[in-house]
Amino acid sequence: MNASIERDYPLTPRWLTLFGWGALAFLLLSQVLGVLTSPPDRDMGDLQKIMYVHVPSAFMSLIGYAVIFVFGILYLVKRDLRYDLLAASAAQVGAVFAAATLVTGSIWARPTWNVWWTWDARLTSMAVLFLMYVGYLVLRAFTEDEIRRARWSAAIAGLGFINSGIVYMSVKWWRTIHQMQSTPGTIDPAYVRGFRMNIIAFLFVFAYFVISRYRVARVVRDVEARIEERALAPNAENVHA
Amino acid sequence: MKGSKKLGLLAGLIILLGGFGYLVYGGIGNNLVYFLTPTELEAKGASAIGAPVRLGGQVVPGSVTWNAAALDLRFRMTDGKNVVEVHAQKAPPQMFREGMGVVVEGKMQKNGVFDASSLMVKHSNEYRPPTKGHRPEEMYRSLVRDQK
Repeated sequence: MNASIERDYPLTPRWLTLFGWGALAFLLLSQVLGVLTSPPDRDMGDLQKIMYVHVPSAFMSLIGYAVIFVFGILYLVKRDLRYDLLAASAAQVGAVFAAATLVTGSIWARPTWNVWWTWDARLTSMAVLFLMYVGYLVLRAFTEDEIRRARWSAAIAGLGFINSGIVYMSVKWWRTIHQMQSTPGTIDPAYVRGFRMNIIAFLFVFAYFVISRYRVARVVRDVEARIEERALAPNAENVHA
Repeated sequence: MKGSKKLGLLAGLIILLGGFGYLVYGGIGNNLVYFLTPTELEAKGASAIGAPVRLGGQVVPGSVTWNAAALDLRFRMTDGKNVVEVHAQKAPPQMFREGMGVVVEGKMQKNGVFDASSLMVKHSNEYRPPTKGHRPEEMYRSLVRDQK
């Protein structure tokens, strides 16, 4: 039994393990460099350092729904459930980054804005994005039929993708307390390298988590399918032999 | 098992839709215009008096008077065209300083002074190291100390 599972589902391949460790090492390097080599901001002091986590997390939570959307469309076109599992994996990872964005933003806001939270367009649309991640996962958890689950997921992916665009544009379209996107022109060169390195590091971590989660999702799906097969053919000693 | 799952789905959907409804109608509905500028408040004239609003602008340099003993803060706020006098029975927030963008919540009074019940500071999208001799961490500490 064990032997057959190991044959069908090989343990994590070497390249993925190496990629994971590489991503972690690069993340640590980027964080340490970002925190140690940049001077304190003239207004915020060392509070500025939280941006090396907040901004990359926010990017990942926006990219997350774009990834879900692309795989959702691929599923609808190709009718291959592997794309649906990839979308679901991206949703789980994206939800974590969306939560991290809200938490780090709130911690930064209290000493800067003087409030933990306020309902401006950026914060509200970001809270909606987080709810859409949660909603996507809740819907999946409660939908048994995998074809219907994949279709509904793809539909929510469209809404979430639109909302991620609203989150990004909110500070340009509406008057908000949240500042506009910084550009290299508004950031002193002393901070730029740390920002860029951390965004790349977060991308690697994001990719590693999505790939790993997808591998698990495939195993779970196949095992569930086998259990169902066994249940349908209770007398067969070994269906897959 | 099947029934409880259905019930859970229903509860989840209700919570989700309720949350969306609140955000869309309670949150965004009032807040697409998150704050008024002094010019927009001026344009409302007498109808603005007594109505709770958010007002945003820049703290006019040299206009701040802060009496720590009486917990009395007064400053002028501008959007470059009009100026509004603001009064708050609050300690200035840590980032509050002259020339900074601020958003205050409160009501315009009959005497033309805006009575603020809360103060928020808007930070720009700029990140700059301090100029020579300027120690932000010291300034930060002194601000925290002043509040106590």
